[in-house]
Amino acid sequence: MATEQKPKSRFGMVIDLDRCNGCGACAAACAVENNVPPAHPTATDRTGLTWMRVYRADNRRPFPDNRSVYFPVSCQHCGNHTPCMAVCPQNAVDINPETGVVSQIPVRCLGCRYCMAACPFHARYFNWFDPKWPHEMENALNPDVSVRMRGVVEKCNFCHSRWQAAVARAAANGNHDIDPADYVPACVEACPEKAMTFGNLDDPKSEVARQSKAPIVFRLLARLNTDPKVYYRSDRDWVRRLGDTDVAQGESEVSRG
Amino acid sequence: MDNSFISRGIRRCSTPKFLAWLAPWAVLLGLGVFAIGLCLIKGLNQTNMDNRFAFGLWIFLDLTVIALGAGAFFTGFLLYILRREELRAVINSAVVIGFICYSGAVLILAVDVGQPLRAWFTFWHPNVHSMLTEVTFCITCYLGILAIEYAPIVLKNRQLRDVPSFLLFEHQLHKVMPLFAAVGTFLSFFHQGSLGGLYGVLQGRPFAFRDGFAIWPSTFFLFILSAIATGPAFVLLTTWMVSKISGKQLVRHSVFALLAQISGWLLIAYVGLKSLDTLVWLNVTAPRSGVSAIRFYGWQPFASWMLVVEIVVLGLLPALIFLSPSRRRSTPWLITASLLACGGVAVNRFVMTIQTLAVPTLRFEPFMLYFPSWQEIAAFVFVIAYGVILYSLSFRYLTLFPQERELQQQ
Repeated sequence: MATEQKPKSRFGMVIDLDRCNGCGACAAACAVENNVPPAHPTATDRTGLTWMRVYRADNRRPFPDNRSVYFPVSCQHCGNHTPCMAVCPQNAVDINPETGVVSQIPVRCLGCRYCMAACPFHARYFNWFDPKWPHEMENALNPDVSVRMRGVVEKCNFCHSRWQAAVARAAANGNHDIDPADYVPACVEACPEKAMTFGNLDDPKSEVARQSKAPIVFRLLARLNTDPKVYYRSDRDWVRRLGDTDVAQGESEVSRG
Repeated sequence: MDNSFISRGIRRCSTPKFLAWLAPWAVLLGLGVFAIGLCLIKGLNQTNMDNRFAFGLWIFLDLTVIALGAGAFFTGFLLYILRREELRAVINSAVVIGFICYSGAVLILAVDVGQPLRAWFTFWHPNVHSMLTEVTFCITCYLGILAIEYAPIVLKNRQLRDVPSFLLFEHQLHKVMPLFAAVGTFLSFFHQGSLGGLYGVLQGRPFAFRDGFAIWPSTFFLFILSAIATGPAFVLLTTWMVSKISGKQLVRHSVFALLAQISGWLLIAYVGLKSLDTLVWLNVTAPRSGVSAIRFYGWQPFASWMLVVEIVVLGLLPALIFLSPSRRRSTPWLITASLLACGGVAVNRFVMTIQTLAVPTLRFEPFMLYFPSWQEIAAFVFVIAYGVILYSLSFRYLTLFPQERELQQQ
C-alpha cells in the first residue's frame, strides 16, 4: 500500500459550479470514453454505472427565492489515507506514483465492495449486471480501455488511457514529461460551459493550481481529512456550505441527479 | 434402524420420526440452494443491494452469527486454558455450533462477493493494512481449527470407535486439544476484533468511525467483548432449545448458572465500555469530522431509540438478570436474558453494517432504506437449515452432552 508515498505530480480538477448547467455532457463523454455499458433494463438509479454523477441540489427556499445548483461528482482521488485503498483486502486499488490518480484494478477486484462502504463520496460503482452493448455498438468501444466484467467495482480514473497516450506521445518526441495540454479527461473536454479545469495541482504555473487556491474554492467533506484532488468553486455561500460534512436532515438538500 | 450408530445408554427418537423432523429443513435447504445458485449464475443483481447499500442482510447476519459462534472458542478457552471443568458438559455442543456458525458465514461470504473464484487473491496479494485481510486470514484458519476440534467428537461415534486407527487418532487429538484451543482463542480474538475494526476504521463514514488505541479503533475491542459476552449466552440458549425439542435434560442447571454468570460479568463490562465509547463518539470523534452525531438519530426509522434499546434493554437488562443469584436459579429468566443478550449483539451488528450505509455523507444524498430480496433471505435460510440438519445429525449420532447419560439414569 502506497498511500503515504508522495506522488511526483498531483493531477486534479476545479469545477466551477456557477457555470455548470447540469447538461450531463461530462457524464455521457465519460461513459463513451471509458466503455461504461448502457444501463441494464432492470437497473435503477441505485444499481447503474456512472463514473460521473451530476446531482441537483437547491437552497430549499420557496419560489421566487428558490435557487439550484448542479454538483458533478466523480471519484475525488483522495490523497490522505485514501479510504478505498486502505481497506481493499487484495490491493486492487492503487495510486499512480506519477500522477497521484487513484485507480481500480478490475482484474484483481474480488467484488467485496468494502471500498464502496468506505468511500464517503459514493463515487464507486459495482457491476451488478453483465456489461452488454446494443448490436454493433461494440464497434464503437474505445480500444484503449478494457471493459469490466460483472462482479467488480469500477470508478473514475481521470481517463487513465489518455494519460498513457500522452506519456507515449511525449516519449515518441523524446520528452520525459508530458505536455499538460496533451492530457485532458473526457469530461473536461466535453463540458460546453468550460466549467472544468484540469491539470497538475503541484505545478504553480498551471491554471488548475491557481484556481484551486481561490477563496471561493472548496472541497467536498474536507473535514474528513481525505485530501481530495477535486475542487469546487462557487460565489454562493449556500452552495459552498453544501460541501461540508454536517448531514442535518432537511437542510439544503435535494433531489438526486 | 440406525440404533447401532447411537451412543450406548442414550435414547433417541425413532428413525422415521427423525427423518420427519429433518424433512422441512431439507426443503428449506433446497430453496436456499436454488437462491444461491441464482446469485452465483445470474449475479448479485438477484439481491436488493445497490451502490449505496454495498453490504446488506448477508453481512449483517454473518457478523451476528460469527459473534454468536464465539461461544465455541470462549468455552474452549475457559475449559482448556482456565480449567473451568464444569464447562466440559457443553464444550462439544459449543464446538459444533461454532463450526456451523463459521462455515455458514464463510459460505454466504463466498456468495456475497462478486468474483468468488478470486477469493485466493487475498492470500496472494494481501493488503496487510486492511481489516478485511485480517478477518479473511483469521476466519479461514479458525474454521480449520474448528474442523480439528470437531473431528474427535465425530471419531467418538460408536461405530467409528471400533476402527483402531480412528481411536488412536482421536486419543492423540485430545492430547493436543489445549494447544488448538489456545490458537483458536488467539485467532478468534483477532478476527472478532477485526470485524469491529472493519467499520471503526472508516474515516469517510463519521457514523462508524471511532477513535481507538494504536492501530485499532474502539470497535475492535467492543466487538471482542460483545462476542465473548454473548457466546456463552448463545450456548445456554441452544442447549435449552435442544433440551426442549428432544425432551431430555442434557446438562445440570449449575452449568446454565455458570454460563449465565460469565455472560453477565462480561456483558456489564461491555455495557460500561460501550456507553463510554458512545459518549466519546458523540462529543469528540464525530464533532471533529464536522458532524454533530446526535443528528444522525434524526433519520427515521433509526432514531435514538435504537441506541437506548441496544445498550439498556438488550445490554444492561440481561446483564443484571444474569448477575442476580436468585434470577440465575430460574431457567425462564436465564432464557429471557439470553434472548435479550443475543438480540443485543444482533442489533449492534445491524447498526454498524446497515445503519452506517443508510446515513448519507454528502449533503445532497438522501437517507436511504433497503429491504432484502427473497434470494437474500432464502440464502440465509439455507444456513439456518444447514445448521439445524448438521446439529441434529451430531446430536443423534455423537456425544454432544457428556452429562446426558448420567442425567438419564437418575
